[in-house]
Amino acid sequence: MIRLHRFHGGIHPPTHKAESTRTPIMSAPLPAQLTIPFRQHAGEAAKPVVQVGERVLKGQLIGEPVGAISSSIHAPTSGTITAIDLQQIAHPSALPDLCATLVPDGLDEWGVRQTLSYRQLSSDELQKHLRRSGIVGLGGAVFPSDMKLRHPIVVDTLVINGAECEPYITCDDMLMRERAEAIVRGIEILRHALGTDAVLIGIEDNKPQAISAMQRAVDDSSHPFKVIAVPTVYPGGSAKHLIKVLTGVEVPSGKLPTDVGVQCYNVATAYAVHRAVEHGETLVSRVVTVTGNVEQPRNYEALIGTPFSDLVALSIPKADTNRYIMGGPMMGVELPAVNVPLVKASNCVIAASDALFPPPPAAMPCIRCTRCAQVCPVELQPQDLYWFAQSHNFGKAQEYDLFDCIECGACAYVCPSSIPLVQYYRYAKSEIRARDHEKRAADLARERHEFRQFRIEREKQEKAERLAQKERAAAAAKAAAEAAAAIPTPLEPNADAEDTQQMRIDAALARAKEQAATAHPRNTEALTPEQRAEIEAIEVRRAHIHSLAADAGADDEPPKNSQGN
Amino acid sequence: MLSSPFITRPLSVDRIMLRVLYALVPGIALYVWYFGPAILVSIALAVTAALATEALMLKLRDRPLRPFLSDYSALLTGCLIALSIPPLAPWWLPVIGSAFAIAVAKHLYGGLGSNPFNPAMIGYAVLIISFPHEMTHWLSPQGVGQSVLSLGQQLHYIFTSALPAGMQLDALTMSTPLDTLKTQLHLGMTVSDIRDLPIYGRLAGKGSEMVAAGFALGGLYLLVARIIPWQLPLAFLGTLFALSGVFNLIDPTHYAPPLFHWFSGAAMIGAFFILTDPITSPTTARGRIIFGIGAGLLTFLIRTYGGFPDGVAFATILMNMCVPLIDTWTQPRIFGKKKEDKR
Repeated sequence: MIRLHRFHGGIHPPTHKAESTRTPIMSAPLPAQLTIPFRQHAGEAAKPVVQVGERVLKGQLIGEPVGAISSSIHAPTSGTITAIDLQQIAHPSALPDLCATLVPDGLDEWGVRQTLSYRQLSSDELQKHLRRSGIVGLGGAVFPSDMKLRHPIVVDTLVINGAECEPYITCDDMLMRERAEAIVRGIEILRHALGTDAVLIGIEDNKPQAISAMQRAVDDSSHPFKVIAVPTVYPGGSAKHLIKVLTGVEVPSGKLPTDVGVQCYNVATAYAVHRAVEHGETLVSRVVTVTGNVEQPRNYEALIGTPFSDLVALSIPKADTNRYIMGGPMMGVELPAVNVPLVKASNCVIAASDALFPPPPAAMPCIRCTRCAQVCPVELQPQDLYWFAQSHNFGKAQEYDLFDCIECGACAYVCPSSIPLVQYYRYAKSEIRARDHEKRAADLARERHEFRQFRIEREKQEKAERLAQKERAAAAAKAAAEAAAAIPTPLEPNADAEDTQQMRIDAALARAKEQAATAHPRNTEALTPEQRAEIEAIEVRRAHIHSLAADAGADDEPPKNSQGN
Repeated sequence: MLSSPFITRPLSVDRIMLRVLYALVPGIALYVWYFGPAILVSIALAVTAALATEALMLKLRDRPLRPFLSDYSALLTGCLIALSIPPLAPWWLPVIGSAFAIAVAKHLYGGLGSNPFNPAMIGYAVLIISFPHEMTHWLSPQGVGQSVLSLGQQLHYIFTSALPAGMQLDALTMSTPLDTLKTQLHLGMTVSDIRDLPIYGRLAGKGSEMVAAGFALGGLYLLVARIIPWQLPLAFLGTLFALSGVFNLIDPTHYAPPLFHWFSGAAMIGAFFILTDPITSPTTARGRIIFGIGAGLLTFLIRTYGGFPDGVAFATILMNMCVPLIDTWTQPRIFGKKKEDKR
């Protein structure tokens, strides 16, 4: 048995997981219409590769990855693409994004399914396959899974995240209970690609059935994976915290798990990898929990692009349901509308009512009780961060490691003054990002301006130098000409050259004089007689004033108005 | 639209304050038992003044009355002021103390959560500096003083400063055990001689030692209920014990023993109810230890060498001043960062 480690803080909110685990995963019926966003993963949105009106098969590529961090998007069923346009998606901003609309033909006809024998595959080939199959992290971050295999540092431990620490969410729990064998096969593929030995599967100890199912599957597979029950504490499913609990290693701030030789995948991702490699199925569906204020909380296996309203209707929302949350109650987002489509990141949808999630009371001032600091899993000082954020002291907030905040919400959960702390941190982060952006733009503008000034100055100097050179050359030429006049040159062949030289010098001299007349006088030598006379007059006046001042016994400066005319 | 987290289950500010008030009950009950009900009058006066001042200041500052009046913080400040001044004090003493604490020490600094100094201790400091004479008339525990006042007589005295015919104030009151110790040591008595005086009990002052024990009991409840952090009382009482212990070992005739310090004056109420005010104490674990040690050290020094009978109030105020510095110095290491990565 391996020794488990602890991390600081954490909370124990009521889990509400039992409600949605009473019945097995149900296959959601084919919806009348699917809306498939082209951005369902971290990184660049996929580029559409189908035309409106085109018939597509289930699993067919409809959006191809663009750039290094991106993924593929596939048709979840067979049917016709009826539109490619901007649609509302599951984002709290309610801003629309590019989506394909697919009307199913009801046949659910698969396209080509390319299965692979992973043991013969190099990691490179597997990466390509996962990218083609649209596999992304299904724990919520939807980071392209192929990128996580593409790391130069050797990974010696593979951590599989089955913690599922957020209340209400049970999709991973049910997947592990029902499809443990497939998950284990997926894990083996990932382990093979990473070339690691140690595999640790962490599951919170409030899921005994999932733990025993996974243990059985591992035993049957005879892989040396370890299934480990970890203490139930929120946010124990945060990758960095699960790694700490299982290995004792803290992923350094701002670094990736691979920097300490660990890679982490979610159990649902491992399942998707198995389907993609051994069944050739691209990622077109996922398991999603529908729970909260509904009559029949349950998990559904649903096609990507299914409207949430269809799934919610299957579970029958109670009458007082007034909003829907995608994700868990701690970190989820409120849906702008219930008919937005299911995406790869959607692990749960909670029907909410004011009775279920009462709106918090009005915020009171912070009393520095530090209950937030006691539960912060990153050991931040949330009360200080709040103070800096609300007083717009963003520099100080950054200095107090604002960007290490994982926005888990544990601080706000315990705050006696009901301060929406996480909102303050999000606000401060976005302000700092915006200012950084502005600062970069301003820096660039300043650099440009400074360079322009420098260039103008340099050109001036160069001009002056050229001028001086010409004058020197002219003087030398004059001297040479005088000398030549005095002593008849014995060198006949050079006479021509001398002449042309002289002509050139004269021309240059004329040009220089012309330029000097237009240019600013740089010293007192090039003054006109009028100017000299003026300066003399000034000097006389000044001497007169000095003598007057001396006579008056005043030793201070002459009055201002007598100067500088 | 609300944003995450959608669930919260806090112990709200008012419930925290209420638990602190509950924790004062054993101490107050023992106070009444040993010294009569005058303290209840004093508490009522201080609390009324505190709430009235709070309402007035909120009104002047254009803040909502209801949430702030019902957070029990002004109530608590009033109680703490009443408990730190003589119960038989004229009515205006607790009133001025409370009003000053709430108006100046709390609201002029920005109200709840923004005050750098403990309001109750500022109120106490103002009273002991402005009205030193009235602040010395402590009631003798029942059975020690030569005469006893009924509740009616106490009320009469509090509001009119008139005693029943034939009674002298000196016969009813005494200076505090800490004060007596200091004065008698100056007059050349030894600690053991002084402690044979009738006003002393087993550990410290008769009666007052039991009140202190009552506050300690309430404090233990707050510790167990995790309302207050353990570092503050432990560091404070530990330092006070250690320092007085060392001095007492070296020279027992001139330095009182550690338990005497613990159960005299405001040590217990200070350790559990005053230093632990979250607003005016450090936020880090190490900072709280430093704060407690500093307060213990200053309390001992003021008690032993200072001009005031007790040192808890001034020690608290002085340490309150250091809180921003302590907090800055003692920032903990965060997840995934080494100590040396910090600033």
